[in-house]
Amino acid sequence: MLKLKVNNKDIEIEEGLTVLQACEKAGVEIPRFCYHEKLSIAGNCRMCLVEIEKSPKPVASCAMPAAEGMNIKTNTNFVEKSRKGVMEFLLANHPLDCPVCDQGGECDLQDQSLFYGVDKSRYKENKRAVPEKNMGPLIKTQMTRCIHCTRCIRFATEIAGVPELGAIGRGEDMQITTYLEKSMVSELSANVVDLCPVGALTSKPYVFEARPWELKKTESIDVMDAIGSNIRVDTYGWEVKRILPRINEDINEEWISDKTRHACDGLLNQRLDTPFIKYNKKFDKASWKEVNNIIKGKVQETSSDKICGLTGDLTNMETLFIFKEFFNKCLNSKNLESRNDHVYINPEKRENYLFNSNINGIEESDFIFIIGSNPRYEATILNARIRKAYLNNKTKIVSLNNVGDLTYPYDFLKGKTEDIKEIIEDKHPLSNIIKESKKPLIMLGQSVLASNSGKYIFESIKYFLKKNGKINNEWNSLNIISENASTVGSLDLGIFQTNDGSNEVLSNLENHKYELVFLLGRDNLGFKKKNEFIIYQGSHGDKGAEIADIILPGSAYTEQDGYFTNLEGKLQKAYKASYPPGDAKEDWKIINDLAEVINNKKLFKNKEELESSLLNNLNLMCEKNISKESTDLKDLIFKNEEIKINNIDYYYSNSIARASKTMFKCRNEKVKLEATGTED
Amino acid sequence: MSIKKICKEQPERFEFDVKNLEKAKKIITNYPEGKQQSAVMALLYLAQSQNENWIPLAAMKYIGKFLNIPYIKVYEVATFYTMYNLLPVGKNFIQVCTTTPCMIRGAQKIVDACKEKISNNENELSENKNCSWVEVECLGACVNGPMMQINNDYFEDLDKEKTLKILDQILKGGSPKPGSYRGRVNSEPENNRKTLLDTRNA
Repeated sequence: MLKLKVNNKDIEIEEGLTVLQACEKAGVEIPRFCYHEKLSIAGNCRMCLVEIEKSPKPVASCAMPAAEGMNIKTNTNFVEKSRKGVMEFLLANHPLDCPVCDQGGECDLQDQSLFYGVDKSRYKENKRAVPEKNMGPLIKTQMTRCIHCTRCIRFATEIAGVPELGAIGRGEDMQITTYLEKSMVSELSANVVDLCPVGALTSKPYVFEARPWELKKTESIDVMDAIGSNIRVDTYGWEVKRILPRINEDINEEWISDKTRHACDGLLNQRLDTPFIKYNKKFDKASWKEVNNIIKGKVQETSSDKICGLTGDLTNMETLFIFKEFFNKCLNSKNLESRNDHVYINPEKRENYLFNSNINGIEESDFIFIIGSNPRYEATILNARIRKAYLNNKTKIVSLNNVGDLTYPYDFLKGKTEDIKEIIEDKHPLSNIIKESKKPLIMLGQSVLASNSGKYIFESIKYFLKKNGKINNEWNSLNIISENASTVGSLDLGIFQTNDGSNEVLSNLENHKYELVFLLGRDNLGFKKKNEFIIYQGSHGDKGAEIADIILPGSAYTEQDGYFTNLEGKLQKAYKASYPPGDAKEDWKIINDLAEVINNKKLFKNKEELESSLLNNLNLMCEKNISKESTDLKDLIFKNEEIKINNIDYYYSNSIARASKTMFKCRNEKVKLEATGTED
Repeated sequence: MSIKKICKEQPERFEFDVKNLEKAKKIITNYPEGKQQSAVMALLYLAQSQNENWIPLAAMKYIGKFLNIPYIKVYEVATFYTMYNLLPVGKNFIQVCTTTPCMIRGAQKIVDACKEKISNNENELSENKNCSWVEVECLGACVNGPMMQINNDYFEDLDKEKTLKILDQILKGGSPKPGSYRGRVNSEPENNRKTLLDTRNA
């Protein structure tokens, strides 16, 4: 521990901190532009100057290591004068266009110039003008405003792992740009907008939309992937204007993916705002009463084993729970399924479908083995963590398949089930590496679980890890990467039908064994309709609504309170920030009303009752799951085959993203880059 | 200062020739393991000398791949330093020193000669496209000022007439003799002057 003084106050700090961090510990705020906790130290903005006793000159506190006995002063005239000097230089070339700048109201430079700005400029020369740069469909540039803090460069190089940004030229002519002004090819690119302390990089889709003080801010949870990133939803009236990250060190740190941030304009397009009934292949508007009565009639004339329900990727757990109750109590049917493909699941224990090592655990791990997954697209934030682990600990990373650029170097095997067999039978060099590493981390993606060998690979890997003591109370090295927000929640609530891990409901559906199909926000379904009567409930007119006979307009994730369980099994609540359009209702209410029509009795009195019932039920399910345990390797059938990674259309993976114009542009940009080839 | 603009007409390919490839490999061995990227400046200079005194984008990419560093990092270095030319400057790149000692001895006249013979502006190719000129800061030959550098050679003790002659030869494709144009060997004293006190003919 070091003892030092900040403004004559004695403090003790651990070694290795900088003067700036020491001041923060002492509760003194230091102005800064280039320094950022999560990035490397640059020390080039000079705004964080402090006085240190015995130092003749002011010291840039962000780059100065704190030392024993330092006497730091931050409130002297000397400090104020130096900071004012720095600010004057920064403002020498910074345009005074705050009234038309999107950063206005949340601009570091604006805020700090209140304290350190000088009211008159002594700079009589012309201001520097810098041409705008093309950084893709998400980032609007106004480079004249740039103060060269290089946060964006450091973010792209360190966190995103795409070293495409750089500073060209020197001195006054220095410019931040991508190489030859190509778009940034990263799923995290829009985070540079948050990092930019001035208005040089602003959000392109949000340009001139609103001022920060006009927006209503709601803290919520993202549903674009299974990570459950913590977000803040900013709304203006009904419209969701933008989505920003919230800090959660255990999940997304400070970053969110581009899809999380920018798919929100999809909430305004393609919305279902009134019930529809299909007559002669055309949709007609209808009232809730009409559709509910038609459904009642259909339910009564169909035998319960001919009814099935499929739940979607973005559905919250309240809705899933009431849907299950609805099927069990009103329809007497158990044909419920949340999986949209033939993914293998072993629901005996909760840990069989969770990311057990936790996202934080990635940084502790000493060996990472990715089986049948492309985490860059399936779980972008998780991939950023793997990169962080690689940068900090030089963690060795191996993937079964060659999946292209993951932003960190990795070795890959042949991509065959044979590789797995060899590992399990101790014939592969990796077997020893896994055995010898203290905290190995084995990740299984949905692609491998959905393949024919899904069961073999899952069970044998689990057996292997268990045998070698890699699954214990302190460290569980078996990890499943779920792709969708409601995957884990659905499994927790038991929305599946299986004896041996296969997807029976889906098989039956594909063989056209059902007459009445209830799709609850289920859009990603490769299913050809024959004679089924399909009811679709959801927020967007997408693939599910296309094949439906009756459409019930529901709400999106920003329009209702709802629980989501992320891939680690963390239960988080998303809050209502807006309200559903037109006649659309909250999802749980639609089911509740429908139950009332069919059974003359509501399932739940109100949302509170539903919520408490849901939480009770979840606890019961979790306890029950601890009961039995079976791994019999003899039953497993090995088949030598190649594991193919599902090619995820990253910007088009769910109905909200598909309705978003921004995501459409991003996708086009990517297609364009792929067509011309980014390499040359 | 040289203009850091990127040329619109770029050659499609660039590769080190056999001699330079060998040199490049040797340069890389000067740096400790894992720090090979530090060779970027030396390699850029090699590329510049191979490609008629300027660096095309293809060369930056080539060097990026050669050293396994992102293109933008090479680009940053190339745009930062004034002695890397990013536009064609001709086979004969003429740098005229105009820093104080040369200026006092009449560097402006050499600049005039360049304007007359080559082009009106700096960094502009002559009519036959084989040379261009630029004003630079001190080249370290103050004792022999005024002087200019053509590619790797110094031409010293110049005046306007001598410069015009040299430029004529250059423009015709000749290679004039480098060194002092008042018959000195290096920077020896003229007229047999042996000591500083010896004021004869100083």
